[in-house]
Amino acid sequence: MNSSIPRRRILATFGGVFAGLLALPAARAVKKRLAKAPGAPRDYDPTKHKWLMCIDVDKCIGCGLCADACKTENHVPEAAHYFRTWIERYIIRKPAAGSATARGEVQVDSPNGGRGGFAPTLVPREEILKSFFVPKLCNLCEDSPCTQVCPVGATFDAPDGAVLIDPTYCIGCGFCIQACPYGCRFLSPVTKTAEKCTLCYHRITRGLKPACVETCPAQARVFGDLKNPVEDDPLQAFVRNNKVNTLKPHLGTNPRVLYANLDKEVR
Amino acid sequence: MIMPITQVLAEVAPHFEGYVYPNESGTHPLWGVLIVLYPYITGLVAGAFIMASLVRVFQVKPLEPVYRLSLLTALAFLLCATLPLLCHLGHPERSYQIMITPHLTSPMAIFGFVYAWYLMAVLLLELWFDYRRDFVAWSEIETGWRRILYRTLALGMTDVSDKSVALDHKLSWIISIMGIPSAFLLHGYVGFIFGSIKANPWWGNAIMPIIFILSAMVSGIALCVFVYMVLCWLRRRAVDLRCLDMMGMYLFYALVIDATVEALDWIHRAYSAEEGFHVMEYMAQERLFYTLSIGQVLMGTLIPLLVLGTLQVARKYVPDIVRKRLYFTCGVFVLIGVLAMRWNVVMGGQFFSKSLRGVMSYKLEFAGAEGWLLGLVLLSLPFIILTVLIKLFLSERLPTEGHVPHRLEDPSI
Repeated sequence: MNSSIPRRRILATFGGVFAGLLALPAARAVKKRLAKAPGAPRDYDPTKHKWLMCIDVDKCIGCGLCADACKTENHVPEAAHYFRTWIERYIIRKPAAGSATARGEVQVDSPNGGRGGFAPTLVPREEILKSFFVPKLCNLCEDSPCTQVCPVGATFDAPDGAVLIDPTYCIGCGFCIQACPYGCRFLSPVTKTAEKCTLCYHRITRGLKPACVETCPAQARVFGDLKNPVEDDPLQAFVRNNKVNTLKPHLGTNPRVLYANLDKEVR
Repeated sequence: MIMPITQVLAEVAPHFEGYVYPNESGTHPLWGVLIVLYPYITGLVAGAFIMASLVRVFQVKPLEPVYRLSLLTALAFLLCATLPLLCHLGHPERSYQIMITPHLTSPMAIFGFVYAWYLMAVLLLELWFDYRRDFVAWSEIETGWRRILYRTLALGMTDVSDKSVALDHKLSWIISIMGIPSAFLLHGYVGFIFGSIKANPWWGNAIMPIIFILSAMVSGIALCVFVYMVLCWLRRRAVDLRCLDMMGMYLFYALVIDATVEALDWIHRAYSAEEGFHVMEYMAQERLFYTLSIGQVLMGTLIPLLVLGTLQVARKYVPDIVRKRLYFTCGVFVLIGVLAMRWNVVMGGQFFSKSLRGVMSYKLEFAGAEGWLLGLVLLSLPFIILTVLIKLFLSERLPTEGHVPHRLEDPSI
């Protein structure tokens, strides 16, 4: 009996199965082409928009209405460790006498994400060099590490600049949460999938503003469409009138959330 | 009284110091003990396979008694390698999507293919080519379900002529050569999963894959020492000291390279002292003191290095019984040390906030999805599978006619 032929057949079968597995990624490309951004109306064309969020740190009063509105609008779990947007309070103390430093200790807090505002600090007023509030949200990175590491492509960059998650596809591995340098993602205890700020995609695709922008009484958040500028566009004015910066620029993520008056202590 | 028991059985709330991002202040780190076990088990697979390759490819004759044992150990652990990941997923029922529609820029997605390649194209094939002649022989001498099993595993190829067996050996050798880079790829990729995360200064490191590969080799050899000695003890057979000395030698050399590279990594981190190093320094000195300084450095590296190093130069002065005990102790210490290293990498990277302003205190809970009970079960599973594999394919009742020229119990080697 000559066994070399069946052996060859078995090897060919193994090879065929493996080649088949390697060929399957093509299916993903097809799926991606057919996919529709979640929450958007049928006639919305993401290629005709480019959203941008700007934040003026000096204008934020730390009222926390944005964090509250976000929770309500997007049904974010109530617990104090699930936020799509939150406010941080920075208190920089005066340097100790004779320390020959420009500033003292930096104290940061965000009780309940800043919802309901901040209680007065326990640091005596005379010891404070300065304090300010910083709103945080998904940084809409052009080169988003979360999208890069998602093993199934459930997280994706929409052509309009939003970084979105398909909750029906996410496997809940948490890799994107680990890869986000800004702590903007969490694993939802309800859906067991990753969740993050979508810029209120269901609103902006219908011509409305995100809930956090809508409710900000100090107009610290400026939101707009770079492809469809309006007359006296606040977005253009913001970029023109301020020296803008991004969070953790050294990581090369190229965030599209721009901050004005950002202190070096903010990470 | 009730509270401490509840904490032991269910969930131990973490404690935070400094500022952590709100989304990081959950009830436990996102990746828990299951993700610690994932690189540990995968590393043991790669290391055990490389151990077998020393015999097959590099012709290290004294290691022949552990050749098949190493391969079976690699298989037992490989079969369980993805279980911790699956148990950890929010939606394990969707896990097949990684293979069907992988996102090609994701290290985790590519790992699925590397794993499949390693299991199906390397390990199973090498085992099959190595065992085929034995399957044919065993199916003739055995009866009942064992006969059916061996006959099935022979896949209908009953030709055991010299020509056919020579072809088996040749193909097995080729697969083994392919297997060495594959084993490096398998575990290097696990290292890359962590090393690629630039958001985390503890993980984001170009030499993380190399550190993972080297520690995998160390842990794999230590596992083979452990399994071989336990098997000999259970079978009341004499341990082949020449084989043990050789394993000890390779363990020592692998440990020297591993310790050097890991030390180099720390020296580089300390010297460059980039953003976040102060947090890492604090972590190493405070939060990870027991697992890093005691577990990984002292128990897993320094003591085995000292003992194995001494045995390299003064072997003939050490009585056999003492040598055996020292090898066994070093093997166990290294296995614990590498487990501690995996813990330090996975958990250490999550004990501090990405704001670099706060740290977390975390006590591993007993029960629950991220508890050490489930971890223990998952870690025991490969040993249970290995027991079954040894009963079936390394049985003392069965004559071996494959590659291995000497039987396990033959003390004359």
